[in-house]
Amino acid sequence: MAFLRNLSRKKIFWPLAALVLLMCFNLFFTPNFFRVEIKEGHLYGNVIDILKNSAPIMFLAIGLTLVIATKGVDISVGSVVAISAGVVAMLIGGDLKGVPKNPILLSMAAAVLVATLAGMWNGLLVSRVGMQPVIATLILLVAGRGIAMVTTNAMVVWLYAKPFALLGQGYLLGLPFSLYMVAFLLLATMLVTRRTALGLFIEAVGINPTAARFAGINARNIVFWVYAFSGFCAGISGLVVCSTVMSADGNNAGDGYEMNAILAVVLGGTSMSGGKFYLMGSMVGALIVQTLTTTIYAFNVPPEIAFLVKAVVVWVVSLLQSPDLRSGMAGFLGRRSEGGKEAAA
Amino acid sequence: MKKVAVLMAVLALFAAAAFAAPKHWVVGFSQIGSESEWRTANTISVQNSFLEDTSFTLIYSDAQQKPENQIKALRSFIARKVDCIVFTALVETGYGPVLEEAKRAGIPVIMIDRDVQASDRHLRLTIMGSDFVKEGEKAGTWLADYLKKKGLDDGKKQINIVELQGTTGSAPAIDRKTGFATVMKTHPNWVLTRSQTGNFTSSEGKQVMEAFLKADKNIQVLYAHNDQMALGAIQAIKEAGLKPGKDIIIVGVDAVKGAFEAMVAGEMNCSVECSPLLGPQAVQAVRDLRDGKKLPARIWTIEGIFDETNAAAALPTRQY
Repeated sequence: MAFLRNLSRKKIFWPLAALVLLMCFNLFFTPNFFRVEIKEGHLYGNVIDILKNSAPIMFLAIGLTLVIATKGVDISVGSVVAISAGVVAMLIGGDLKGVPKNPILLSMAAAVLVATLAGMWNGLLVSRVGMQPVIATLILLVAGRGIAMVTTNAMVVWLYAKPFALLGQGYLLGLPFSLYMVAFLLLATMLVTRRTALGLFIEAVGINPTAARFAGINARNIVFWVYAFSGFCAGISGLVVCSTVMSADGNNAGDGYEMNAILAVVLGGTSMSGGKFYLMGSMVGALIVQTLTTTIYAFNVPPEIAFLVKAVVVWVVSLLQSPDLRSGMAGFLGRRSEGGKEAAA
Repeated sequence: MKKVAVLMAVLALFAAAAFAAPKHWVVGFSQIGSESEWRTANTISVQNSFLEDTSFTLIYSDAQQKPENQIKALRSFIARKVDCIVFTALVETGYGPVLEEAKRAGIPVIMIDRDVQASDRHLRLTIMGSDFVKEGEKAGTWLADYLKKKGLDDGKKQINIVELQGTTGSAPAIDRKTGFATVMKTHPNWVLTRSQTGNFTSSEGKQVMEAFLKADKNIQVLYAHNDQMALGAIQAIKEAGLKPGKDIIIVGVDAVKGAFEAMVAGEMNCSVECSPLLGPQAVQAVRDLRDGKKLPARIWTIEGIFDETNAAAALPTRQY
């Protein structure tokens, strides 16, 4: 009991509990959900799909965790995904034989650069112009779709350069390649934010920007670079999204991703009111979001009620995250164990 | 007397000019977005056809897949007092009030491609486009013929079919499902094991197909409400170590270029055409309307069906 109580105080406990609950549902009600086989030399199964398909949201969630920690939000990431996908698809292009128009790595770098510039634009509006984050990034949410459409001439652009498929469809040591990319970006971000004072600075800006400034932190620069980083993450996400279907669709690529990514961050335990942030929590949050989607497909929930099912699950998970409800529950657990002791005495 | 003659001549000239140059019309076109190559080809066809006729000015509005944007666009057309509205309904429901407003303002509404729900249809003049129910039937009939030809259907052995539906609530999704279901009824051994929405996009089509393949080991046929989803599903089938077009028969709708490429590569079996090149027909309808002619309640487009036998020959001529 004491172990459970200690664990329940850990921030990661609640998102993990929600994920385990969802998985348990599948264990009992969705036949073969956990079956993993080896096909074409890689692991194959629903669980692998969840990991693979949550990668785009995970990239976004890494960037958004830092943005939300500064008490900001970036709702433009879905559109930036579309821009990045559009740029890389147009640059690589190519014919049916799969000969790329431009070198693949160079095209990828260009797409991520454009996405980072988009993030800098957001950062400029928030940190220098002093615009509200929602409004500032709303501009790019709308305009970004337009930019993506202009980039792709409002067509779905298909690309046939085989090596590029590695990002979204490839496997390394049996696991989806995109997972290694997520792990790399996550570790790098954790190192930079936790091994240096940067993480503390970000949290300080989120808790009280004025106090942070008086403490000698350049709050404006931190905010600027956090948005730029969010754009960078969206750029990488766009590459993977494009590679997954080997096409860029200006209108649909990354559509609604911003909400899924924000949901992942919030489910992961980072508060929208800024301050402390939990990168691992956000990853678990992204897994919850994707598990939910895959469950709906695997369980064959009729599409007419799929959104309702999603809403109810999100509602329950959010309730689990509520500190009031949680302290109530922890108190309940505490009373139970104390009651047990008294009875034993 | 001379003066009168000159005046008459001038008047006659004016009258002739008035007859020769048709009245200038402003037409509002509300498109739903550009979710697929099909849609883009449709938009370009309509835009270019109106551009070619200088007696028309086209105001184009893109709803970006949001019904509220579309309703806003229609309201702005009414406020600008356009002469005619051409529009494609994103979903079937919710357009009643705004169409009522257009009717009150005396602006005729011509639907293209996607219709509104039956109870709102008295508010629009005509619908031009494809018969989605028929497309579903065509897909089903093609499948029946193909299975018979290949000796795969003996009328008793169960044929497992999975379906990728279009956007929930949209006319093509509802009708293509209905049309296909009518053919299914005549084949008691055909079983629709799974049906889920892929939202008409390749990425969602792929994700749904991934889940289908894990839940059912025994899928013989995939019927996708558009080619985009079928193309996404093909990638999922390949990743599962199966051969699309051989292990699983794939039937799509639209006949976009990507589907032709897949058919030529032997990875897709059939695509029922749903032609987006409605521009010339739309311009003709609006012209007839301006000339005071009565339009038929339904204007059909002429469409074909493509499979392994004729895809390679048709590929170079495809515009979309």
